[in-house]
Amino acid sequence: MGIKENCFKKSLWVFHLSAGSCNNCDIEILDLLTPRYDVERFGMKLVGSIRHADVLLVTGIVTKKTKARVLEVYEQAPKPIIVIAVGTCPCTGGIFTSGYNFAGPLDKVIPVDAYIPGCPPKPEAMLAGIVKLLSQPPKSGNPRTTSEAQP
Amino acid sequence: MGIEIFYFLIFPGLLFSGIMGGFISWVDRKITARVQFRQGPPLLQPLYDFVKLFAKETIIPSNGSITTFILAPLFALFGATISAVFILLPVLGVETGFTAGIIVILYLLNIPAISYIIGALASGNPLAAVGASREMKLILSYELPLILVLISVIIKSGMAIRFSDIVTYQLTHGAFIGSLSGIMGFVTILMCIQAKMGLVPFDMAEGEGEICDGIIIEFSGSILAIFKLTKYIMFLALPAFVSGLFFGGLSLSGINILWSILKVFAVVLLITLIRNTNPRVRIEQAMKFFWLWMNLIAVICVILAVLGI
Repeated sequence: MGIKENCFKKSLWVFHLSAGSCNNCDIEILDLLTPRYDVERFGMKLVGSIRHADVLLVTGIVTKKTKARVLEVYEQAPKPIIVIAVGTCPCTGGIFTSGYNFAGPLDKVIPVDAYIPGCPPKPEAMLAGIVKLLSQPPKSGNPRTTSEAQP
Repeated sequence: MGIEIFYFLIFPGLLFSGIMGGFISWVDRKITARVQFRQGPPLLQPLYDFVKLFAKETIIPSNGSITTFILAPLFALFGATISAVFILLPVLGVETGFTAGIIVILYLLNIPAISYIIGALASGNPLAAVGASREMKLILSYELPLILVLISVIIKSGMAIRFSDIVTYQLTHGAFIGSLSGIMGFVTILMCIQAKMGLVPFDMAEGEGEICDGIIIEFSGSILAIFKLTKYIMFLALPAFVSGLFFGGLSLSGINILWSILKVFAVVLLITLIRNTNPRVRIEQAMKFFWLWMNLIAVICVILAVLGI
C-alpha cells in the first residue's frame, strides 16, 4: 500500500448530498460527528464544498428531478471519489420503487462503492461500512479512479 | 545568498514553520475535540490531509481566470512564509542582515488575506464572491485596531520601529504584558489574530453551512493543499508575533525552550478557547465590534502607553 492510499484512507472528507430524503438518514449521519461516535478520530470531517470532498454520501431516493443534480455533483467532484449510498432508498428504492417519479436506484445513475442499507442505518452500521470498504484491496479498473462519470 | 535561501526554505521558513504550524493546528483540533468531550484526530492528521490533497485531482473552473486562480494560493504561501521568516528570526534572537521593520511585517501579514480575495474572485463562483466581500470588510475592520496596538507597542519600546529592537528592549526592561496597556493591547491583538486566521467568531468569509466554505469553495487538490499549508504557517507566525510583541520573544537555548513553547501554547490555547466558546457573528456585527469596541480599547491602550502605564 503506497503512501498516497494510506493518507487518503486516513483523511476522508465527506460531502453529504440529499437526493430527496426524509431527513432521517441525514440526522443519523450528523450523529457520527457527536462525542459518542466522533469520526474525527479517523480524520473524517464534513466539508461544505464538493470540490474538497473525498467521499460523496448520498441519501434519499433519486427522483427524476434530482437525477441530473446528483450526476452534476458527481462530475464536479475531484477524483478519486468514493460514493456511498446511505439508507435503503438510494440502495434499492425501498417502498418508493413503484413511485411515479422514481428514477432508479443510485447505482443506475453514478457508480457506487458501498451500500449501507437501513431505514435509517445506525451510525455503527455506517462506520462498519466505511471500514469494510477501506480495508478491501483496491480493485483494478475501479470506477472511482476514472475521471468520467458513467451514467 | 545561500543563507537567505536557507532561512526562507528550511529553518524559520517553509519547512520549519510548515511542520510546526501543522503541529499547532493539530493542537488546535485536539483541544477543540477535548472541549467537546471527543477523542480528536491523530497526531499526523495535518500531514495526512496535506498529502491526500496533493494527490487529488485539481479542478480549474472554466469560467474563471485560470492564471490568477492558480497563482493566488502561491502568493498567499509566499506572503505567509516570508512573514514567518521576518517574525521568527527576530523573535528567536537570530542576528542576521534582515532588519525588518514592524511596518513590513504588518503588510506581509496582509498578503495571504488579499490573495484569498483575489483567488476567490478569480474562481468566478458567486458564493466565493460573497466570501471575498466579507473578507475585504473583515480586513478593513481589524486593520485599524492592529495598527493602533502596534503603535502603542512602538511607543512603549522607546520608538523602536524594528521588530528585533522591540524584542531586545523587552529583554532588558521586562515584557510588555506586565503593564496595563500591555494587557489591553494583548486582548485587542488576540481578537485581530482571530479575524486574521478566519477562526470561528470571525469565520464568516468561509461560513461552512451558509456559503459552502466561501472563499475556498472552488479550490481543490494541490492548490487547496497550498491554502492549508498557508493556514498552518500563519498558525505559527501569528502566535510567535504576539509573543515577540508582548512576551519578550522566544529562545531555543537550554531550558528556555520550554518557556518559549509555553508562550506560543498559551496564545494558541486562548485562540482555540475563544473559537470554541463563541458562535459565528454576522459581518456587520464583526465590523461594529472592531470599529467600536476594539478601537476604543486600542486608543485607550495608546494613551496609556504615552502616559507610561
